[in-house]
Amino acid sequence: MTARVALVLVSHSADLARGAAELAGQMAPDVLVRGVGGGPDGGLGTSLDAIQKTLEEVLAVLSDAGAAGGGVVVLGDLGSSVLTVEAALELDDALAEHVVLARAPFVEGAVAAAVTAHGGADRDAVLASATASAGMFAAIEAAQASGAGETAPAEAAEGSRTVTVRNPLGLHARPAALVSRKVAELGASVTIDGVDASSVLQLMALGATQGRELRVEATGDGAAEAVTTVVEMIEAGFGEV
Amino acid sequence: MALDADWAERWVRRTADAIADAKGELTELDRQIGDGDHGENMDRGFRAVVARLDDPAAQPGAGDERTVGDVLKLVATTLMSTVGGASGPLYGTAYLRAAKVSGRPQIDPPAVVAVLEAALEGVSSRGKATVGEKTMVDAWQAAVDAAEAAARDGGSEVDVLRVAAEAADKASTATIPMVATKGRASYLGERSAGHEDPGARSTALVLGAALAAALAGPTSADPHGAA
Repeated sequence: MTARVALVLVSHSADLARGAAELAGQMAPDVLVRGVGGGPDGGLGTSLDAIQKTLEEVLAVLSDAGAAGGGVVVLGDLGSSVLTVEAALELDDALAEHVVLARAPFVEGAVAAAVTAHGGADRDAVLASATASAGMFAAIEAAQASGAGETAPAEAAEGSRTVTVRNPLGLHARPAALVSRKVAELGASVTIDGVDASSVLQLMALGATQGRELRVEATGDGAAEAVTTVVEMIEAGFGEV
Repeated sequence: MALDADWAERWVRRTADAIADAKGELTELDRQIGDGDHGENMDRGFRAVVARLDDPAAQPGAGDERTVGDVLKLVATTLMSTVGGASGPLYGTAYLRAAKVSGRPQIDPPAVVAVLEAALEGVSSRGKATVGEKTMVDAWQAAVDAAEAAARDGGSEVDVLRVAAEAADKASTATIPMVATKGRASYLGERSAGHEDPGARSTALVLGAALAAALAGPTSADPHGAA
């Protein structure tokens, strides 16, 4: 665990919380991701005590990294889990200082936040990543509607290559996370088939399966190198070929 | 007669009794327009509150120094921990904010109004609801408006609580024809009309218990309430 921001996923269902934490954690192994779910009696619902306990445990683990930019981003699934997290933060000023609640889709927001946190981003950036996930469907539709790769982009790409997906499962969750994390490190602005390549969600939503040809484009500092790096990653098959 | 921490404890115990008696009714109201657990959840929450009041190790505040706010804070944290549904953080926040303005051994009529205002503010800010959306806010707002007027006219603590309880009861009934625009009932849209809001009803029960506790005075048979 080297990331300075941890995630806590609060659901009405213990199974859903655990599953979402497993999914997000798998895509961001450096990030502490905990799920907490279910009511005081163990059924569907929300437990203040369980939420407080989890937040305290996570903050204890993070204590060294709890300095500037560190902390915990929480996502809740529905009404009472969101309300109970807000209540927990109102009850305890010490928690409120280090913990922030994201208003974001539960699964998509958790995955996006985890991948962003993995790169060492600060709490504000992780929160912004979770929040931005709410717009992913609209962003993907816009990219598809503009006929990605068919028309010239408004800002001429400084690097542009096509690459064929080689691994059998395509650009699924793990490869998408690897690509988006790498792109976030590179600094250049990279798109794949018109979608933002630093967004794990948008990459996954491309549904790029084996044999599909993808257009990789970049602008900004190191654009050509960024295109080469991404193309090589995809060509290498993510260790799956 | 100012209201003290013993009154607050009687209020809470009477609320628990009223909720237990109305458990079936609240659950039936919630089954019609919500997820059918309001009676069960509130009953579980207030039974847990009473259990803590009965536990010598969990007493709020320090003996004679006990404040109204000490009792209300215990209600807040217990409801948040035990209710499990949205009414836990909603009522919990109401009691928490009310506790913050009542950290004194006794409260006078303007302070009773402040307690009700704080509770309303807690429910509406936590639930992001306003009047007319067929929620418990309708009952709390009516209670606050009536209580403010009574206190302004120089009414006693009992006067303030009486008009507040009556207003909440009327406002709860008045939610019947409304179309819900907040909370679970809003998923039903127009079909939510014709049913009373369970949260508004439980609010009326809570405020009715506050009045009954004031009327009962310190001579009631409450185990910890006797002077």
